[in-house]
Amino acid sequence: MLDETGLSVRVTEIVQAHQGVEGALLPILHAVQAEFGHVPQAALPVIAQGVGVTRAELHGVISFYHDFRDAPAGQQVVRLCRAEACQAMGGDAVAAEVQAQLGLGWHETGADGAVTLEPVFCLGLCACAPAAQVNGRLIGRVDAAKVAAHLAKVGA
Amino acid sequence: MKVYVPLDAAARALGADEVVAALQAEAMRRGVALDVVRNGSRGMVWLEPLVEVETPAGRMGFGPMEAASVAQVFDGGPLAIGLVEDLPWMKAQTRLTFARCGVIDPLSVEDYRAHGGFAGLARALAMSVEERLAEVTASGLRGRGGAGFPTGIKWRTVAGAVADRKYIVCNADEGDSGTFADRMIMEGDPLSLIEGMVIAGITVGATHGFVYLRSEYPDAIAVMNLAVLAARAAGMLGASVMGSGIAFDMEIRVGAGAYVCGEETSLLNSLEGKRGVVRAKPPLPALEGFMGKPTVVNNVISLATIPVIFERGAAAYAAHGIGRSRGTIPLQIAGNVARGGLFEAAFGMSLGEIVDDLAGGTATGRPVKAVQVGGPLGAYFPRMLFDVPFGYEEYAGQGGLIGHAGIVVFDESADMLAQARFAMEFCAIESCGKCTPCRIGAVRGAETIDRIARGDASAIPLLHDLCDTMKAGSLCALGGFTPYPVLSALTHFPDDFARVKEAAE
Ligand SMILES: Cc1cc2nc3c(=O)[nH]c(=O)nc-3n(C[C@H](O)[C@H](O)[C@H](O)COP(=O)(O)O)c2cc1C
Ligand code: SF4
Ligand code: FES
Repeated sequence: MLDETGLSVRVTEIVQAHQGVEGALLPILHAVQAEFGHVPQAALPVIAQGVGVTRAELHGVISFYHDFRDAPAGQQVVRLCRAEACQAMGGDAVAAEVQAQLGLGWHETGADGAVTLEPVFCLGLCACAPAAQVNGRLIGRVDAAKVAAHLAKVGA
Repeated sequence: MKVYVPLDAAARALGADEVVAALQAEAMRRGVALDVVRNGSRGMVWLEPLVEVETPAGRMGFGPMEAASVAQVFDGGPLAIGLVEDLPWMKAQTRLTFARCGVIDPLSVEDYRAHGGFAGLARALAMSVEERLAEVTASGLRGRGGAGFPTGIKWRTVAGAVADRKYIVCNADEGDSGTFADRMIMEGDPLSLIEGMVIAGITVGATHGFVYLRSEYPDAIAVMNLAVLAARAAGMLGASVMGSGIAFDMEIRVGAGAYVCGEETSLLNSLEGKRGVVRAKPPLPALEGFMGKPTVVNNVISLATIPVIFERGAAAYAAHGIGRSRGTIPLQIAGNVARGGLFEAAFGMSLGEIVDDLAGGTATGRPVKAVQVGGPLGAYFPRMLFDVPFGYEEYAGQGGLIGHAGIVVFDESADMLAQARFAMEFCAIESCGKCTPCRIGAVRGAETIDRIARGDASAIPLLHDLCDTMKAGSLCALGGFTPYPVLSALTHFPDDFARVKEAAE
């Protein structure tokens, strides 16, 4: 983990790498989040200055989008599709089972920081529903056991 | 031995990578030299991972393949399904947009060229701008993103606008549940989308293009980025497209998980680095779009269909279809179905044919109760309406929409009150917040449906009123069309809304 100065330096580099890019803010936020796992508070002044928006405007943009986090996620992230095609294949029941297994509600991270559970609205796997994404890896015809198996792979 | 195993996200989500590893191990064990091509998906998702082996007679299919069963690819067995091209699902289609998808190596420019790629662009380059516009108009192509606006008219507006810079923006936000056609073509034949964007660019005078691609599609993002590099190396993108002296280049931009950013003006704001709030129209994006410059915003399928229209001619394309719905549409059959996947057909099929014949009914084997067509803003259809032909006007006439042609099937266990509630909940979560009837109305809608669920029938007229307010007072279709799934559920499945008051009361 970088200290605040180190972080600022790195974020400045990211912002500079996007110079001349039209509408650079989202690419910058994605790049920052890819590097730090979230968009850290300390990165905000650098980004705001770099793209020429106020802190308030920047906050408005970040909070508008579901993807950007203001705190790190758990070590593992489970995303379950909650949309209609997955509902039609019992997605709600799978979600309830996974929630019970993990002891987590939507958007929650366990106290030990191990797992974060998030809803997602369609992964484009609607013909092999229900669908999930565990640590980036897509899973079709998912059930609670498959989610647990994928978590165990990394957790072990 | 040459085998094809899809890199398509659905195939991978069902174990395609494990199948590749197992095939390689098995080939090694047998001392067979194996050449694995990662193709796109043919669209038969119930057969994925579908392994194909090249033979003198054609490509033989094996699926749904499992890592434990790969010996069958060498020895034959119950997973052998014969020549893939001869399968009924393949033969019954009119594959124009998806002609190459699942056939070629998506990133091989040679494969692409050998299967008709570049032919449309070559013909377009030999035409005048006016001839190109006339060709798109004559094809009858309408926007496949949902609104169904004639593509030729949109392009003509941008072509006629005078500006120092113009843009082509491909809408690859594909947020509708039950849809994956954009994802499949981007993963399986990305160069066709690029070729379509190039033709759009040289026609309207735009020099730069963006694909706004949703973050939920990591595989498509990776393939598209590689495809842009391949297209640049092949001279399709750059300072002089195919040596014509006309410049066009493009890049891939990633969304950030907001359904409303599929709406074109919200998308443009997002692309500019702003909140994805919907803009009032006018001004049209065609005149004041990205950074205030004239911009074509088109769906992936609209753009990926352009090359085949130029390759085969507008008349050949327009010969398919019904009424004002010309050409073909990639039907995406999803949810509770025995056979789910993508089926490209001329407009005009009935829902009954799609659900009963193509999809083979439900996966659970129970009777079909309802079919939602056109994503979260689309109506729920009961079996009574299964004879409606698939077309823009035909669906509008039934209080529905074809949207992006997603078809989600539910069996009799579906609770239509819960589906109506979800439609409101989704609208509330995804509202951009600009109009009150959408932002607040959707929250009230969910509460009102909860009252009905508790047996309060007096809330039903309230729900109707609320839907009227949302329809009349919303700036875009998120607030304006959420009443479609809600009211269709209420109208066609009234029993699900007739709840008895809880015993305690
Ligand atoms: C809430 C909302 C979401 C939309 N989502 C998409 C989408 O994901 N993809 C898309 O192509 N069009 C979407 N549209 C339609 C676009 O606004 C626009 O009509 C389309 O991109 C134009 O391209 P086309 O003419 O090729 O269809 C959406 C519209 C609304 C109101
Ligand atoms: S209807 Fe909803 S999503 Fe559309 S502009 Fe209004 S508030 Fe935004
Ligand atoms: S609805 Fe769940 S993957 Fe599309």
